[in-house]
Amino acid sequence: MQPIAISGILPSASVADIRQTLESGGCSTTDRCGASAGPDDLPAAVWERIKDHPCYSEEAHHYFARMHVAVAPACNIQCNYCNRKYDCANESRPGVVSERLTPDQAVRKVVAVANEIPQLSVLGVAGPGDSLYDARKTFATFDLVAKAIPDIKFCVSTNGLALPDYVDELAQHNIDHVTITINMIDPTVGEQIYPWIYFRNRRWTGLDAAKILHERQMEGLEAVVAKGILVKINSVMIPGINDHHLMDVNAAVRARGAFLHNVMPLISDAAHGTAFGLSGQRGPTPQELKGLQDQLGGGANLMKHCRQCRADAVGLLGEDRGQEFTLDQLPDEVVYDPARRSAYRDVVEAERDDRRAAARAADQALATARDTLLIAITTKGGGRINQHFGHATEFQVYEVDRSGVRFVGHRRADNYCLGGHGDDDRLESVIAALEGIDAILTAKIGDCPRDRLEQAGLVVLEDWATDYIEPAAAAAYQRLREAPPLRRSA
Amino acid sequence: MAYKIVTSQCTACGACEFECPNGAISMKGDTYVINAAKCTECEGQFDQPQCVAVCPVPKTCIKA
Ligand code: SF4
Ligand code: SF4
Repeated sequence: MQPIAISGILPSASVADIRQTLESGGCSTTDRCGASAGPDDLPAAVWERIKDHPCYSEEAHHYFARMHVAVAPACNIQCNYCNRKYDCANESRPGVVSERLTPDQAVRKVVAVANEIPQLSVLGVAGPGDSLYDARKTFATFDLVAKAIPDIKFCVSTNGLALPDYVDELAQHNIDHVTITINMIDPTVGEQIYPWIYFRNRRWTGLDAAKILHERQMEGLEAVVAKGILVKINSVMIPGINDHHLMDVNAAVRARGAFLHNVMPLISDAAHGTAFGLSGQRGPTPQELKGLQDQLGGGANLMKHCRQCRADAVGLLGEDRGQEFTLDQLPDEVVYDPARRSAYRDVVEAERDDRRAAARAADQALATARDTLLIAITTKGGGRINQHFGHATEFQVYEVDRSGVRFVGHRRADNYCLGGHGDDDRLESVIAALEGIDAILTAKIGDCPRDRLEQAGLVVLEDWATDYIEPAAAAAYQRLREAPPLRRSA
Repeated sequence: MAYKIVTSQCTACGACEFECPNGAISMKGDTYVINAAKCTECEGQFDQPQCVAVCPVPKTCIKA
């Protein structure tokens, strides 16, 4: 998949050129990260701070890119969904190994990426390991990068155990977003998730471990919020262990000032060698996940676009160009060139206003809608339906009803666990992933997959290729409700 | 008396190096190793040998 024609976004490119590029693609997204819709749903001060952060702002994730560097591989706790041979499974996709870098190597990589991918707005440290356990490496990396690229934003992810010790340092380093993974507020639940922690020079197990972790997480959360740092909470949904409990977690973290709560599904597979994988603990189905997210209130403060990207991910959410920027491909010396990033930003500002206006108009047109449809779309970014069905590695799912068009999540289409199987198998897994979806809007689709999808009961529409998502979804709703298209026979 | 690392199991996370009170652990090639001459088994310093307590892989930091 060719995620974006970056070559079209050169400093010399005209605004029209860049817009053209956005229309033909820009972001491509792959699985589950997710946040607030846009400026209408959040306090202005918070929106101002997250609007260019792809992981926090659902709108921004169409336009801006993040990268992670794996500079802090050591961890101070053990999770049952983790196999330490691989990346951290709470923030990263399970079963992958990220390239580990020293802070110096990390800076070279960040600058090389910033020169190549003008959408880059955020640098994160998020496993493997805990960013704040051996925190020197994390902070050294941020210091060096801040010198090279002053306007980049930093974020860290942590399990919270070491967090209370680093609150001042986080504030000094201008880190305005921290993610804490909190899977429980009840140590008897925690006991089933964390076999041990390492704290104050000893290993703790069982209830003691979960109790200490819980207390440190709450203390850290409160202290960081008090510093004015935005805190997002990640929770891994583990059916039968914490699925119902996450309602209480949600209430507790909101009460302490977390601005976003991101519920991610446990991804469990014996092949990953995790305790849960080996014990047969299953992950939630997309319906169970959505059910919980709905119970938690959906809306602005629940993330739904999280992609659980790997710890050395590079690019727009859902795409990973990390393999283009591995150490061996980097020149020994790289010099930062700010021109492309600033040109890109100017265009995005205008484009976002346009899209927002279109989305508002779409919402108004739906005022008389009588029921709810779930519509899946394929996009390469820019908030448009601009991706060929066959190139999609994920579908973004929008809920359409009388209150408008809302992003509610995404479904994977690339199914990385099944790599190597034939296209037929892949289409089967795509159809399974689309369970519950009423219609698919895509830029283009072949006759054969179209027939298969229609046989599976899905409506497939190409009419809104390159259009903005929201008005297209609204128009599709009206089309389906006014004159349901006849299903083509196979 | 010293500990050693079973290098075939080491994930090279570096946690033990970070915790060792005696600077006995360092990176060698792709994994970490313990310098037996510097290792005190954490005697008199901590209740548990620190490398054992922090290592994520069972039976990887063991008595030599
Ligand atoms: S037992 Fe203690 S002194 Fe010896 S290597 Fe491990 S941490 Fe260092
Ligand atoms: S803590 Fe264990 S896995 Fe990590 S570097 Fe030391 S020996 Fe290797």
